Order: sequence, then structure tokens, then C-alpha cells
Amino acid sequence: MSFWNDPLKVAADWLLGIFNGWGMNDLVAQILIGFLGIFILVALLMVLDIFLVWVERKVVARFQDRLGPNRLGPFGLIQPFADIIKLLIKEDITPGGADKVVYNLAPMLSMMSVLILWAVVPLAPRMIGVDLNIGALYIIAAGAIGTLSIIMAGWSSNNKFALIGAFRQVAVMVAFEIPMLATLLIPTILAGSMGFNAITEAQDIWFFWIVPLAAVIFMIAAIAELGRSPFDMSEGESELVAGFNTEYSGMKFGMFYAGELLHAFTFGSFWAILFFGGYRFLGLEKVSAFLAIAVIVFKSFIGYWVIMWVKYTLMRIRIDHMLGFNWKFLTPLAFVLLMVVALLNALLAGTPQWIYVPVMFLANVILGLGALEIARAYSRRERAKVEGVVTT
Amino acid sequence: MTGEQIIFILVALFTLGSGVMVVTTRNLVHAALWLVSTLFGVAVAYALLNATFLAVVQVVVYIGAIAILFIFAVMLTRKDMRDQGPQMNPGWWAGALIAVLVFAGLFFLLQGWSGLSTTATAIPVGFDSISALGEALVSPNAYVLPFEVASVLLVAALVGAVYVAFNRR
Repeated sequence: MSFWNDPLKVAADWLLGIFNGWGMNDLVAQILIGFLGIFILVALLMVLDIFLVWVERKVVARFQDRLGPNRLGPFGLIQPFADIIKLLIKEDITPGGADKVVYNLAPMLSMMSVLILWAVVPLAPRMIGVDLNIGALYIIAAGAIGTLSIIMAGWSSNNKFALIGAFRQVAVMVAFEIPMLATLLIPTILAGSMGFNAITEAQDIWFFWIVPLAAVIFMIAAIAELGRSPFDMSEGESELVAGFNTEYSGMKFGMFYAGELLHAFTFGSFWAILFFGGYRFLGLEKVSAFLAIAVIVFKSFIGYWVIMWVKYTLMRIRIDHMLGFNWKFLTPLAFVLLMVVALLNALLAGTPQWIYVPVMFLANVILGLGALEIARAYSRRERAKVEGVVTT
Repeated sequence: MTGEQIIFILVALFTLGSGVMVVTTRNLVHAALWLVSTLFGVAVAYALLNATFLAVVQVVVYIGAIAILFIFAVMLTRKDMRDQGPQMNPGWWAGALIAVLVFAGLFFLLQGWSGLSTTATAIPVGFDSISALGEALVSPNAYVLPFEVASVLLVAALVGAVYVAFNRR
């Protein structure tokens, strides 16, 4: 039964036995097994990424009342492979005056910034790359590398549209990092640790029921961080051609595209881990590690679906409105929420759960509604001002 | 030589090489990108010291904020990214002399220090370094005063920035 509970350790011990049998040093064998584990995880993620292209296209088709890919294979499942072959045989163009090294480095860094996030994702109780005790901060650090890759892509393309797109995207990413960091601290306060495994283990009750507002703010900040609609100013095809990746062709463009899809799925999974109990669901994770993986993949897909739902429902926001929304609304709200949660968590320490959870939930709802009411009153005043000017 | 030492030497060489490239490359954006790799090398050094929090904060603050700010400033203020003119100023020998003296001084000081030859005690299993750090930052017996002074300084800078940027109607 131990294989079903802890397959990684069993597999690693088995491999270690084989490598030792070949007369390999213990240390070398451990390093080799570590690399193999990373390779398998990344390979699985890339295969999942191919599948995500199909999911994304099917779901957007559903939202827009059309069929989506349906010619190649059952339900169009072979379509993404055709897409990949097309991308691979396209001419690889480097624009004149481009900074070659930086230009080629940018798509790699973009993909890397997504893949390294999976080092801290707990897939099952004992299946986690590294249980970093600063997991929540690690997301922000990986995001910093993503920001860097975008500015590198925009600058090295030697194209003004690409550069403007990169400026916008970086402005958005740097700004929305702040509410995201503030909301990441809320599960940290509740769980008493920044490690994702500890956060998952602490969720006997999903944190969504304790801090729903934090879950919503985290989702908004994540969508902005991903640069997806309604925050997709960086691509704004109506004014910027395709934004920072205008000059990329073939598989280099494919890297940005695949990176974006996998990034969205990854944030769906972080949403699940932070607020919806990660791999835990009705004790299924105790039965088998494989069930735990199935649970977290399922929850991640729900998060991913919410991101797509928002993307294909809402329209693009103007850049100044977007940044105004962040600095004047989302950031103060996130910090007030952080203070309220910290205070209530300290005040309610030791109270039974049937008091603690409803009080926290109500505090969140009241705070959210109050903030919306303030925003509404402000916009009403602004509108009255504008309309007053128009009528006179 | 242990594996950790080999990794440390490689990382140190990478960091130093990137640092040299920062000051020698003529393209300003490349200099900023080399600075990013230097800072990343420092982050790896922190990680090797088991200071994961510092490593991640190094990436978040220095790469995510300061280096990006540098790149922005260079891109928005320069029309030509190539720096013309000499890379050394006339006082280079004085700078080199001071650098050599400081290095020699540190070398002699640290040679007499017993901490250099003793190996660090292993961190006990289950030791939570991040909560120890957090408690040290707010404990009156430790670093609460420097921490608060730094915070007040940063708030003053923030207020100043808002005051400068504020558009009076």
C-alpha cells in the first residue's frame, strides 16, 4: 500500500537501489534522481500545456457561442499538435536591429518564470518539490522574473509597439504585485506559516469561507499579473498590434503563449491551494496520493475556468483606469483587509469555530460591500461633475 | 572540497563576472541586465547559507523592483543606449588604490578572526528560521528600534514622493 500513499519515495528508493547496483555513489545517485524528478514534472507540465491550448480554445468557443476546434480527432483533440507543428516549421524571424541575445533569452525566461512556480506546489501530502517556508513570497519572486522577461522582450524587439506594450504590462505587474502580496499574507496569518503544505494542512475549513474577500482580491491581482483580459493592455491588439510579443514568430511566440496558458493554470492552482484546501477534499487525500493529485488538478481547472470566464466576459479597461483602480481601490482595500483579519484573528483566538468562521466571513462581506459603496459614491460624484459640465 | 564549496565558487565567479560586465559593457540596458544577474548570484549565495527568506527578498526587491526601475529610467531618459567617451575617469588610480587597501585591510582583519576557520553549527531539524527572524524584528530585546527607524524613514520618503508628484488644483 505504501506505493499508493507515497509513490515518489517508493520510486526514488527503487531508482536508488538500481543506481547503487550499477556501482554509483550515493550522492551522485541522489542528484541524478532529483534531476529526473524535475524532468518528469516539467515534461508532464508541458504535455498539460498542450492540452490547455485545446481547453482554452474549446472554452472560449463555448463562451462565444461557436464550436471551436472540431475537425482533427475526437472533439478536435489533435488540433494543438497541428498547431505545434505549424509553429515549429514557421520561419524564425529576428527583426533588424534587434538585440539578439536578449531577444532569444526573453521567451525562455518567460517560460522559466512559470515552470519554477511548480517547485512549491504541493500535489499531494508528501509530493512537493521543496516545502519552502517562504512559499508565498516565492510566487512574487517568480513573478519578478516574469516581469523582467517581458521588458526584455519589449526592448530587444526594436519595435515601438512592443516597447509600449512592455511598459504597460510592467506598470500593471509592478502595481498589482502589491495587493497580491497583501492577500498572500492573509492565508499566512490564518495558517501561521508561509509554506504551501502548512497552508493546505491548516484548511480544515476552506479559507474561502473565512476570508472570501481575500480570495476575490487575489484572483483580480492574479488576472492582472497574467496580463489577461480585462487587464490585457500589453497586447491591446486594436492599438498595439500584439504588444510585447509583436516581433516574435514561430515557437518563440509559442513559448510566450504556452507560458501564459500555463501561468493561468498555475494561478488557478495557487487559488485552490490558498483558499480552497489544495489537495484536500473529504479526506480523499488520505486514501491515495493519486487521488490527492486528481483533486488538486480538478480544483486548479476550476480556478483556470474562472480566469477564462472573466477573460471572455469582460472588456479591456483603459490603462489609467486600471492603475487607478489598483492604487486607489484594490491596494488600500487589501491592506485594510489584512489589518482587520490580523486583528480579528488575534481577538478571536481560542473561540470555537462556530463563532470564529461566521464573524470572519461577515467582517469580510461588510468590508467588501463598504468599499464598493465608497467607490460607487465617488463615481456618482464624478459622473455628476461631468454631466453638470455637459448640460451647462 | 565538498559539493557545497564547488557550488559556492561557481556562484561567486558568476557573480563577480557579472559585476565586471556591469561596469565594462557600453550598452546601458545590457549593464542593467548584467546587474540583474549579479543580484541573482547574491540571492543564490543567500540560499546557500540557508537564508531562504533573504534570498527571496533579494529577488523580489532588487530584481523585481530596483532593477526594473533602473531599466525604466535608462530607457525613458536615453535616446542612444550606447555610452560614448572614455570608460575611466582621470582619478581611476585613486579608486583602485582605495579598493586594494580596503581589500587588504579586510583580509588582514579577517585572518585573525577565529570564525573563519570554524565550521558553522548545523541548523537543528525543525528550526523555523523565518519566525525567529520575524520575532527578532519586533522584539524589544532585539532589533525593534532599527526596524521602526527604517520604517519611519521609508514612510518619510513615500510622503515626500507623493508631495513632489501631487498635482495641486
